[in-house]
Amino acid sequence: MEGITLLTLFVLAVFVGFEVVSKVSTTLHTPLMSGANAIHGVILVGAIIATGQASSTAALVLGVVATVLATVNMVGGFVVTDRMLEMFKGRGARGGANGRKAS
Amino acid sequence: MAWLSAPWTALFYLVAAVCFIIALKGLSAPNTARRGNLIGAAGAVLAVLVTFFSFDLDHLGWIVGAIVVGSALGVPTARRVAMTQMPQLVALFNGVGGAAAALVAGLELTGTVPLLERGKVVGTIPKLAAHSGSGGWFAYGSVPHGIPATADTYIAAGAGAFTVLVGAISFSGSMVTFAKLQELMTTRPVTFPGGQYLFGGGLLAGVALGVAVVVDARDSIVSPWLLAALALVALVVGVLFVLPVGGADVPIVISLLNAFTGLTVAASGYVLDNTLLLVAGTLVGASGTILTRLMAAAMGRSLTSTLFGAFRQSSSAGAVGSGEDRPVRSGSAQDVAIMLGYARKVIIVPGYGLAVAQAQHTIRELAELLEARGIEVLYGIHPVAGRMPGHMNVLLAEANVPYEVLREMDQVNPEFASTDVALVVGANDVVNPAAKSTPGAPIYGMPILEVGDAQQVVFLKRSMRPGFAGIENELLYDPKTMLLFGDAKDSLTKVVAGIKAL
Repeated sequence: MEGITLLTLFVLAVFVGFEVVSKVSTTLHTPLMSGANAIHGVILVGAIIATGQASSTAALVLGVVATVLATVNMVGGFVVTDRMLEMFKGRGARGGANGRKAS
Repeated sequence: MAWLSAPWTALFYLVAAVCFIIALKGLSAPNTARRGNLIGAAGAVLAVLVTFFSFDLDHLGWIVGAIVVGSALGVPTARRVAMTQMPQLVALFNGVGGAAAALVAGLELTGTVPLLERGKVVGTIPKLAAHSGSGGWFAYGSVPHGIPATADTYIAAGAGAFTVLVGAISFSGSMVTFAKLQELMTTRPVTFPGGQYLFGGGLLAGVALGVAVVVDARDSIVSPWLLAALALVALVVGVLFVLPVGGADVPIVISLLNAFTGLTVAASGYVLDNTLLLVAGTLVGASGTILTRLMAAAMGRSLTSTLFGAFRQSSSAGAVGSGEDRPVRSGSAQDVAIMLGYARKVIIVPGYGLAVAQAQHTIRELAELLEARGIEVLYGIHPVAGRMPGHMNVLLAEANVPYEVLREMDQVNPEFASTDVALVVGANDVVNPAAKSTPGAPIYGMPILEVGDAQQVVFLKRSMRPGFAGIENELLYDPKTMLLFGDAKDSLTKVVAGIKAL
């Protein structure tokens, strides 16, 4: 793809990235950081391509290492973010079990 | 095997990119956050599957094996980690992501197929060197040189050099933050004479090597030794970058390194000519930058003072308290129970110590008990309560405290004046008036919870040891302050029993 097309994509993505998180409350800073962290685990795609095209043993070894690391980043990131968010429930969602009285 | 043609691959990558945007958007509000994260995960799975079907890949067994191993490492870690250790885990995951990006870019630059010819969707890859089988290190040297470089080749080489440089910085920096948060090393700023010159020199050397990589790309292949040198210098720079950052500022650095890794992934997308990596990486880079600024603002710090503050003020600040024995007013659990039981309004200020003692459930029990007596109970949550912004909200959510009673700092500060008792559990730095009164203290300028405005203040503390930032808290010696020493959970359990007996 032409350099200028990639540059266009890059600039537009910067603005989208700024826009989507500009109004997040501090309550969600930790899960948001963790979730964004998981998204850059998509480097796994690059690791797969690099490994799949390796033509020497050293390249294969490094590619496999990259794939393992990227998978840890991506899979671990999404799982731990989900674990955190599972716990974020409002009063309405938790049912009567905890019996908080409205004051 | 390549099943998908280029337009289909691009289309599916676009769907995955949209998933990531929806995920980030969803993560910005509590009621959509979980769904957002799941959409992001679905996008990632789609992207990986599409990749397998779009490129002519060798070593499939190795690749699948590596993914299985990575999942086997990542999933149990993510499932088992204590919520208190979340900042370390994010740092760790971020670091390995940075390392992966650096490795990918390195492999692309040194591969046997010239730059900009690799990573292209199936059918367009002319394998020039075609497995020469020389078995050389990276097979470098076995490649026909002299393929003329175009402007795009140099740009791709530059993007690759950027990825290796910043990815390696992100990796080693994240590992140091991990060690700091895990308390494998001191949490204080580590400075040494000439440290900033070493850092500056290292960074310059890194940039110079990056330029050398671009120049070396004139025959479309880059020397692996040059890249190895670049990575090595970058690793050292990453360590020097994070060492002088101390205590409460560490989470901001994690967020910044997270943005760095995002940008490296974007740059590697440039090298691989892969739009998904470019878009996803850029999204994380941009949103991570905003998030870092929001966090720094919440702490009343500029980003530069966070990162380079320790260089300037050296290690003299922080020696505010001189260890003299001054009288404090300590009380029993019974005293605290009476004080709370007959109050009209109580604000609980939870800190990291609460989570370490695993006392979140006990504090909820206490709050419910007080509410049952008709007492108004609020939680005052400092933006950086815990070990990173928003961390305390996660910890309290784990204990089923509904997020509606959690008040952010700006909302809760005016409330303290009309409050009978401010109950500070395992927090220190976030209520330390030194942030307002002592220029030169590491936390100076950070907005604090004004617990001193309350009629009475109760600190539940393990000892007189200062907090994470390592500075003495004058409020502890204030006449209206009462201290209850001991493990937060034991103390709270006794207070709960005391209130029940009233």
